[in-house]
Amino acid sequence: MLRTQKALWYDEKILRMMVEANCVRFDSLLLDNGATLAPVDVAYETYGELNAKKNNAILILHAFSGDAHAAGIGHDGGKPGWWDNCIGPGKAFDTSRYFIICSNILGGCRGTTGPPSLNPATGCPYAMSFPVITIADMVRLQTMLIDWFGIERLLAVSGGSMGGMQALEWAVAYPERVVSAIPIACTTRHSAQQIAFNEVGRQAIMADPDWNNGDYYGSKPPARGLAVARMIGHITYMSDDSMREKFGRRLRGKQTFGFDFDVDFEVESYLRYRGSEFVNRFDANSYLYITKAMDYFDLSNRQGSLATAFAATQARFLVISFSSDWLYPSYQSQEIVRALRTRNRDVAYVELPSNYGHDAFLVDVAEQTDLIRGFLASTFDKVQ
Amino acid sequence: MTAETAKRQAFVPELLGRSDYAIIGEIVEPNTKVLDLGCGEGELLQWLAENKGVDARGVEISGVKVQRAIARGVSVYQGDIDEGLADYPSSAFDYVILSQTLQQTHRPLKVVREMLRVGRRVIVAFPNFGHWAVRLSMLVGGGAPKTKLFPYNWYDSPNIHFLTVRDFEALVRVERLVVERRYFLAGRRKVWLLPNLLAEVAVYLLSGSAG
Repeated sequence: MLRTQKALWYDEKILRMMVEANCVRFDSLLLDNGATLAPVDVAYETYGELNAKKNNAILILHAFSGDAHAAGIGHDGGKPGWWDNCIGPGKAFDTSRYFIICSNILGGCRGTTGPPSLNPATGCPYAMSFPVITIADMVRLQTMLIDWFGIERLLAVSGGSMGGMQALEWAVAYPERVVSAIPIACTTRHSAQQIAFNEVGRQAIMADPDWNNGDYYGSKPPARGLAVARMIGHITYMSDDSMREKFGRRLRGKQTFGFDFDVDFEVESYLRYRGSEFVNRFDANSYLYITKAMDYFDLSNRQGSLATAFAATQARFLVISFSSDWLYPSYQSQEIVRALRTRNRDVAYVELPSNYGHDAFLVDVAEQTDLIRGFLASTFDKVQ
Repeated sequence: MTAETAKRQAFVPELLGRSDYAIIGEIVEPNTKVLDLGCGEGELLQWLAENKGVDARGVEISGVKVQRAIARGVSVYQGDIDEGLADYPSSAFDYVILSQTLQQTHRPLKVVREMLRVGRRVIVAFPNFGHWAVRLSMLVGGGAPKTKLFPYNWYDSPNIHFLTVRDFEALVRVERLVVERRYFLAGRRKVWLLPNLLAEVAVYLLSGSAG
């Protein structure tokens, strides 16, 4: 099953953690919608060392557009991982103490099986024949990866945004396998507003003629639609304050208005750049499937109420929200905390002050670091 | 003061710089479940967890203090004591602690009743507004009392409900609470006589209604 061996070392010259992408193939995965996906590849990276007791493993769960490259410097391209400021020696997720795993989600386009993957039955990419997946499906695939590592219980599951949803799903669906969960800037279910933003993104993609009902592999991808979807996303990840701070009404490379529809403002330039950059690394069909999985996610739905859903949990929880996050507002995190309290679960919660909006969990990490480090240390003490 | 009363005034050791903490530390039995309301940076909870093996939880309104408490490894959530207890099931904890915060709550009676609902036992420590220094300050100065215990100006004080030992005893009677133990402190000394006049801080160990 193993394609490549785990490799991890420190490059002395640049003092950065060098990491290698890995991939493992599983025979099949049964999905919530009844379909079976076979085979399934999972792309993952690991950092740090698994101890002999196998009780220091932490699963990091990426957000909507993330991937398995969470930390360190990849050998291809040399870009630091998306949570490199939180994962590494001495950081919040301290790789000198813990064994960190991060895998690309099911339905993704960064190594794990998703719509752009080849369907062995047809020899063509799945495209829109890919089954509709759920957050629970993503997590079920992650349990297979954890089994493959021979790890029974994870010291922690953690992630922000959709990563937080997966952390909650882990704690609810596999209570005996999770010692602690750190869901950050997330929710147990999307509100109408959150579904609405996702739907606008999907419509932007599907309105692009190049989308061609999802059948664009080998030809021109729906770059304009995907870029517009990403621009909308970026607006929701920032805050009024952070946009004012970053762009204000500053003009881009000009003193006066152009009196045309080229870029005038810095903010336009930024969004266009972000949009076009995203097209190079993300698949439009993956965008459709993953946003749909987020919209379907509802922890309370399965069990009747959130409190009932949390009844089975055994984990300690650290719930974190950010004051300026209007995409996943603090009230949604507080709902998690309140439901856990009705079950008298061990839960810590804080709303961190930040101007960065939803992006705060990725960029404003100084205070998060102290919290997570302390929480993990005391959790690790309890399992010794 | 006679020689005999002086002998009876035992000194209380300080815990984390506070004598009421020392008493709470003494009261709480090992391996119990404890909720500390207004727990600040979680120092007491951390001490109880490390020295008594308790399952320690806390509530604190200040985000900065909550951050420090969580960084210490204590499970604290940011919330309001007046509202925060409603979610807990009944008898969720062996002890619910309210240390020097009762006078800062909006609805102290509701808080006490809620504490007794979610905890099998309740530990309440409060500064005694009946202490002679408070009385003297008001009598002599004519203004809102300012003492070592109540150091604030009236306009920036977090204290909004002032109570004395006598007031709390009256509440105990009206609410038919069971006082398992009561301690009165002046500095590090235990007070045996005239607690409403001489005690700076009172610590009560209560259990549910006598019916």
